[in-house]
Amino acid sequence: MRTVTEERGVIIGLEVHTQLSTASKLFCGCSTDYREDEPNTHVCPVCLGLPGSLPVINRRAVEYALKVAKALNCRVAEECEFARKNYFYPDLPKGFQITMYDRPIGTQGYVDIEGEDGEKRIGITRIHLEEDPGRLVHAGEGDRPKYTLVDYNRSGIPLLEIVTDPDLRSPKEARRFLNALRTTLEYLGVFEGDREGALRVDANISIEGQNRVEIKNISSYKGVEKALTFEITRQRGMMRRGLGIERETRHFMEARGITTSSRSKEVEHDYRYFPEPDLRPLRVRSWLDRIQLPEMPAARRERFMVQYGVSLTHARTLTGELRLAEFYEKVAHVDALLAATWVADTLLGELNYRDQSITALPPERFEALLRMLKSGAITDRGAVEILRRMLDAAARHEPIETPERIMKSLDLGRDNATDLMAMAAEVVSSNASAVSDYRSGKREALNFLVGQMMKRTRGKADPRELRRVLESILTSG
Amino acid sequence: MGDPLNAFITACDLPPLKEGRLSGLRIAVKDNISTAGVPTTCGSRILQGYVPPYDAFVVELLRAEGARIVGKTNMDEFGMGNTTENSGFGPTLNPIDPRRVSGGSSGGSGAAVAAGMADLALGSDTGGSIRCPAAFCGIAGHKPTYGRVSRFGLVAYANSLEQIGPLARSVQEIATLLQVLCRHDPRDSTCRNRPFDLVPTGEIRGVKIGIPEEFFGFGVDPRVAAVVYRAIERLEELGAEVIACSMPSMKYALAAYYTTCMSEASSNLARFDGVRYGLPVDHRPSWHEAFREVRKRGFGSEVKRRVMLGTFALSAGYYGRYYAKAQIARDLVREDFAQLFREVDLIAGPTMPTIAFRLGEKSDPLSSYLADILTVPANLAGIPAISIPCGEVEGMPVGLQLMGRHFQDELVVDAAYAYEQARGCER
Repeated sequence: MRTVTEERGVIIGLEVHTQLSTASKLFCGCSTDYREDEPNTHVCPVCLGLPGSLPVINRRAVEYALKVAKALNCRVAEECEFARKNYFYPDLPKGFQITMYDRPIGTQGYVDIEGEDGEKRIGITRIHLEEDPGRLVHAGEGDRPKYTLVDYNRSGIPLLEIVTDPDLRSPKEARRFLNALRTTLEYLGVFEGDREGALRVDANISIEGQNRVEIKNISSYKGVEKALTFEITRQRGMMRRGLGIERETRHFMEARGITTSSRSKEVEHDYRYFPEPDLRPLRVRSWLDRIQLPEMPAARRERFMVQYGVSLTHARTLTGELRLAEFYEKVAHVDALLAATWVADTLLGELNYRDQSITALPPERFEALLRMLKSGAITDRGAVEILRRMLDAAARHEPIETPERIMKSLDLGRDNATDLMAMAAEVVSSNASAVSDYRSGKREALNFLVGQMMKRTRGKADPRELRRVLESILTSG
Repeated sequence: MGDPLNAFITACDLPPLKEGRLSGLRIAVKDNISTAGVPTTCGSRILQGYVPPYDAFVVELLRAEGARIVGKTNMDEFGMGNTTENSGFGPTLNPIDPRRVSGGSSGGSGAAVAAGMADLALGSDTGGSIRCPAAFCGIAGHKPTYGRVSRFGLVAYANSLEQIGPLARSVQEIATLLQVLCRHDPRDSTCRNRPFDLVPTGEIRGVKIGIPEEFFGFGVDPRVAAVVYRAIERLEELGAEVIACSMPSMKYALAAYYTTCMSEASSNLARFDGVRYGLPVDHRPSWHEAFREVRKRGFGSEVKRRVMLGTFALSAGYYGRYYAKAQIARDLVREDFAQLFREVDLIAGPTMPTIAFRLGEKSDPLSSYLADILTVPANLAGIPAISIPCGEVEGMPVGLQLMGRHFQDELVVDAAYAYEQARGCER
């Protein structure tokens, strides 16, 4: 049976707003790192829109935007130009937003993703730079707050808007596109995905020639998939009941996983765009040619396979996130293949399960753990146990002890060989019937004996080694 | 200090920060130029209570050169007018005949200097707002090349057209002030690094001066034209070569100018919503009602008219017919000047078509707009233009306007100096 998300006739396009990780705002020198600070402390006449203030373009922001344009294979014109988008809103200090209109940074690019049926190319309509407005803080609850305050710390934060062609066919593809985009932006070093408000998405979706619905206000990767899945179900339901789909804007309620109509009939806004007279057009084409891109995900994937000999699956996983790839490269020297398995499978699984980031674990701790595994000082099970202890400590913001210490304190060290021999002899002598079964050709009887050994070592021993030790006693005796 | 002409909105006394080329001089500053700690109203009620936390770059420059800032001068609200009657604080009267206007929009600056209430003044010129009051009050006023003086701190009316510039009783003082004002400012992206470098010599032998016939048509009072022609003859006697020429794009200039400035103004003035500063209103009903109330009460009728017309000119479906077309016409004006400046070094004509209007004479907005015909071309092209007194009609001063190539403010000022010297000797 097909699931709803795989049904045909679904057309999705995304408008992604990403926050560029510059140190200062787009048009003034105010710091962008306001996370822990009081409202309205990262402001100046420019980002407050005080009369007489003028914008000055942040060179770094343009450079970042051009990097993205290059990485997304966009066409870049000789010049680009800022424009004013005019509308009134209490969080908008100038009564207009400085953005780009008919002369954006880049057009006609693409991103390749894993689609529903193999590799798929998603067109990029355009990318452009713009400033973020301030943030409204409502006092009180419900629809009628007692009053509203404005925090302008966000005002002027540089955003890059990336608009896709309507090439996406399912919520899963949308999610994959966003993951690919995020990876690209992180590799370029222009984006910090963890920052509040770092990513916001508006999604346009239509089904089988019905009207297009715009879903606004989606602020997470998972949210995009959820919102689109909900919307497809809703629209299909409407269509089954013979109802048309209204052309409208809907809002995604993250907590409830649903979209709701913004009720007000969508008035076609007239933003009265015109060129920003306080800024000159930017000559970007020649600038673009001087921009060097760092190693991008696909190239790094190839290199991992060649340099470290890891499988395609591991290479893909390890390079799918910049920090994961960097983490891997810090520990790979211990044993490239062992490290690949332990990072891509074990560590990543534990992190995902706990919703933790790779930054939770210092690479030198993991490197020590790999060394212990490689030398045979601990078993796989012991290593997993130690890893969990370390991640738990990180989650509690406690200092992370060295794997050696954890091993000792939990007595997880592998017992030495002579102890094992003694223990094996004991097991053999106290399980005579199993031993005679084994000797009469029942190989499974060995498993029972290994199990007995495991019990005695409380899981610290490597089952393969136990088997070897037992076999040596049984064959010699 | 009494102010019978109503030249000032706010008196102040900002002492110099150090000694310099302007030491001992009292300077009046138009009230759309930001002064830290001193109210800056732009002649509008909507900015009631607004005190800028920062100085405009030009104010920093003046105080660093020894100037004392003595007041903020009256103006047409946000610079929208040529009489100073559109001020939210009453009109400024003409010092020569108080029944007449002082011109505008920098009328307070013009009157303050002409009446000796200040030694020098700063104005801003979007479509003639320095040159018009200079002409009407009988003093000198210069609109610099676009990009020569930083606009940082100048409250925008029409960003692509306007410049801050000096008003003074002598061309020598204009030159001194330009030496201080023309400084690169990285906070204004349209400001170029072109210091003003001139000690006026008054030597204009061999300078070619074009006289476009259009500058003597378009409702120019024949008596004004006659005074200006005599001034041009004077320049010829000083060794300049006078060449008759034509500027066909003049017929589009006013429409291009008003469409552009109103469009930009509709956007620039959107920030006056009462949220962060200015006129307090009750925000309880809803934010749009509060915005509407602030703007309804705070803006005068001419401002409302221009914001509405500008909004219209930028709207979908009309943009191409108005704003975009105005930019095409603006290019034609630029091209005409470029063409003329291949053959001549300066262009001369009257500053204003008439002498100062009587108070209330220009109550019809269209007739007021028409009076800008001779000043707006320089703003559309971004070229430097000066107005200096060159005679009288009915006892009221007449201004001679000289325009030059981009960034050749020096030649414009030097020619004006030559005329002023010659005229001074004659009188």
